Amino acid sequence: MIVERKPLNLAERFYLPALGNGFRVTWKHFRKTLFHGRTAADETSGGYYPEVPWKVEPGYRGAPYLVRDQSGDTKCVSCQLCEFVCPPKAIRITPPGPGGPPADRANAEKMPREFEINMLRCIFCGLCQEVCPEEAIFLQKDYSLTGLTREEMVYNKERLLALGGHHTGIQKWKQKADEARAQESFPVPG
Amino acid sequence: MDWQFLAFSLVKIIAAFAVVMTMVAYSVLVERKVSAFIQDRLGPNRTQPFFAKYIPGLGPLLTRWGVFQPIADGLKAFLKEDFTPAHVRKVYFWLAPAIAMVPSLLTVAVIPFGSMMGAQKMVIADLDVGILYTFGIVSLGVYGIVLAGYAANSKYPFLGGIRSTAQMISYEISMGLSVIPIFLLVGSLNLGDVVQHQTGGWFAWHIFRQPLGFFIFLIAAFAETNRLPFDLPEADQELVGGYHTEYSSIKFALFFMAEYAAMIAVSGMMVTLFFGGWTLPFLGLDQPAATLGMGLLHILVFLGKVCCFLLLIIWVRWMLPRFRYDQLMDLGWRRFIPLALLNIVVTAGVLALLASK
Ligand code: SF4
Ligand code: SF4
Repeated sequence: MIVERKPLNLAERFYLPALGNGFRVTWKHFRKTLFHGRTAADETSGGYYPEVPWKVEPGYRGAPYLVRDQSGDTKCVSCQLCEFVCPPKAIRITPPGPGGPPADRANAEKMPREFEINMLRCIFCGLCQEVCPEEAIFLQKDYSLTGLTREEMVYNKERLLALGGHHTGIQKWKQKADEARAQESFPVPG
Repeated sequence: MDWQFLAFSLVKIIAAFAVVMTMVAYSVLVERKVSAFIQDRLGPNRTQPFFAKYIPGLGPLLTRWGVFQPIADGLKAFLKEDFTPAHVRKVYFWLAPAIAMVPSLLTVAVIPFGSMMGAQKMVIADLDVGILYTFGIVSLGVYGIVLAGYAANSKYPFLGGIRSTAQMISYEISMGLSVIPIFLLVGSLNLGDVVQHQTGGWFAWHIFRQPLGFFIFLIAAFAETNRLPFDLPEADQELVGGYHTEYSSIKFALFFMAEYAAMIAVSGMMVTLFFGGWTLPFLGLDQPAATLGMGLLHILVFLGKVCCFLLLIIWVRWMLPRFRYDQLMDLGWRRFIPLALLNIVVTAGVLALLASK
């Protein structure tokens, strides 16, 4: 596209329309806010933030938390994919290791011994949620994370699970358990 | 030099300094409030000391108008970590904020901010070369910015520093040329005489005799104080703050205060040169005060006029977009300097004609 640039007339060369229009627009808004007390925040969301909490729309990427499955077990299987993919290295996972504590779910191989997310490092990119094969971590709606120390901003497994709540999406491990149970009682011909 | 002169000068210096610094703090507040209103926001309206909410009525009102905000800002500037990046040139890095701040304060010294209080003239230094002194000092201000840009040793501050050299030097010329007609009219460089010359009716004010000179001075003042539409050395969007990008805490605050102190100084200059200084052409307000009350009134008149100019400078910042660099140079060298020269020649010609009659 070619933008046609008209030659400026005399008034425009003296910046007169710019001055006039500039003053008109700024005065209009100034008057509206000062004398009628109308602000953009009032018009779009009914007020300012701490008094009127912000409404989080679906699809918002807030803080990443771990979730539990339908029977309250930890879904994470400590595969460490999220730790690997996390761009700012906000996640640190301590796997159980050989002979470590067993997973909540009887048929899952393992679950993390410790799972930490440093919320000061996290950039809320959502890659951990995307990469997780177990749908065990989700970016939820919390957007105002505060703490008094840096240590306080490193959320451990317990805290992440408590904040994350339940997610009963895929039930892969329940189905596997059911299948295994079905195998037990499979009528063997003979 | 007797002790009385010293004592009174000291009192005047302290008083003027206190007033200027308070005005700096509160013009920042006004800037924030005005910009907020223009952008449909409310501006600072929450900062309050713990006792404010126990004062009925007044406390919440002051809080709503952000009156405590500048105090909190100042405290914050002092308490924040003063970070010196590893790659800076240390000596200049430390020197630059002071060099930026001092000239703006020194300019205030020659501006007559009132007529008389008792037997004292209300000007800190009643120099006979007042305006020359001002221009000498103002041009020092550019060193602070250039040094900051050089000392920071990184690209954006450096560009900011370079821009400010060119800009301030160009506009200083038009600024200097634009006031020469005033001194042709007055016949003295003393700013007190300039004010005296503007007494006796509205039309004695130089704005009505030298509108072109005022116009050029006003625009040059915007450029000299690095305010929009000529804030190219700072240019937040393209130079991320320009010359003070690498500064933090009180060093940054010094640059910030220097900008506002320069605004006050330049407003004071405009009021003195073109708007009759401390005078008002009615109620006998244009004669040196005989009583203390009148003296105080004169100071208030002066401050009121200065505040009008501050408001103008603040408002323009939210009204006009930044000039492109070549437009800026074009305006300075190819428009204002010839116009200012023409203004001098015409004024001198008219004066010569009137004198020869
Ligand atoms: S959202 Fe991004 S940055 Fe945050 S923990 Fe997940 S992968 Fe890391
Ligand atoms: S949260 Fe998901 S990706 Fe991360 S370790 Fe657990 S199972 Fe693997």
